[in-house]
Amino acid sequence: MSPVQQRLAMSRPTQGAAGKTGTWRVFKPVVDKEKCNQCGLCEMYCPDNAIDADLIVDLAFCKGCGICANECPKKAIDMIREEK
Amino acid sequence: MDTIAEIPKEEFVLKCTSACAGCSDALTLRYVLKAAGQDTVLVVPACCTSVIQGIYPNTAFNVPVYNIAFGAAAACASGMSNAFRATGKKTNVIVYAGDGGTLDIGIQAMSGAFERGTDFLYICYDNEAYGNTGMQRSGGTPMGARTTTTPAGKTDAKKDIDAIIAAHSPPYMATACAAYPQDLFKKVQKALTFRGPSFIHVLAPCPPGWRFSTEKSVEMGKLAVKSGMWVLYEREYGKLSINPQSKAAIKKPIPLEDYLAPQGRFKGIDAKTLELLRQHLAKNIKKLSAEAAES
Repeated sequence: MSPVQQRLAMSRPTQGAAGKTGTWRVFKPVVDKEKCNQCGLCEMYCPDNAIDADLIVDLAFCKGCGICANECPKKAIDMIREEK
Repeated sequence: MDTIAEIPKEEFVLKCTSACAGCSDALTLRYVLKAAGQDTVLVVPACCTSVIQGIYPNTAFNVPVYNIAFGAAAACASGMSNAFRATGKKTNVIVYAGDGGTLDIGIQAMSGAFERGTDFLYICYDNEAYGNTGMQRSGGTPMGARTTTTPAGKTDAKKDIDAIIAAHSPPYMATACAAYPQDLFKKVQKALTFRGPSFIHVLAPCPPGWRFSTEKSVEMGKLAVKSGMWVLYEREYGKLSINPQSKAAIKKPIPLEDYLAPQGRFKGIDAKTLELLRQHLAKNIKKLSAEAAES
């Protein structure tokens, strides 16, 4: 980035730009790796890209919407109440 | 058939936007940017997307974004696209607007840009109300749906924006749904290969606005397609082709109630409105099927 660009009052791409959204969560997804067949549908449907290619949920950012648990064809994901 | 493997792993929406849990706008945007790639500029009028980007000086979007006034998105994109082409750049210019910014407030700028033949892609993600300000009725709200400004249910039908766009004869236009990301990805990729204006209308189920629980976003999108309320198709140089998912839904639709019942906004819908909604649906399907048979 050139010095001129650096002075511009514009937002820059950063992870966590909206804070750690994981704190919003009421229910967290827990994956049963025994039932999981690695189809990747949870990763595909996650609106916030909180599930990586190895199908590990990033709990710092997962908002706990539960789409992954609802769409899992093997019912391998359970939504468990968060203990604070 | 596209497999998940064909979709690039690279993400242009960083973790994580401030969209509501289960937001299908965020899901749609993920796939739009995956299909468009790094060399893209987003033009965003006032809509949910303009408030979910993060807090200054940070943004969750890893592509340049131009936030612009509600009615000006397509006009801005016109100028931007012309400037890029004049300097020999192939940068994709994508307007990413909500249904309010497309069907109601942004329609004149959009119509102008389509008439001028601007080389850009207009994506309307349709959550069928002004979601960002708390679900006020928009031109996209279907008949019978309760919003904060139509507490007894909307009495008018949803505006047929696709017919309005089709009247401009763009080289490419399509409908998609957030519940079918692979289809959406394919359509965005295809739309960007056309020189001239293209349009994609994406149904984006909204958990707080439509009043269903967050985990049902994707399910609701699928129900909309399966019940025929939302028809997936693409129109290339005037030639209409209906998606296999929607072809199956037209042949053997699930009952409309299966789609309406889980949504709080249709709670207590009266029989007369339901009948009107059903007639409207049948008319739309008949019109599209006839056009598909002709072309």
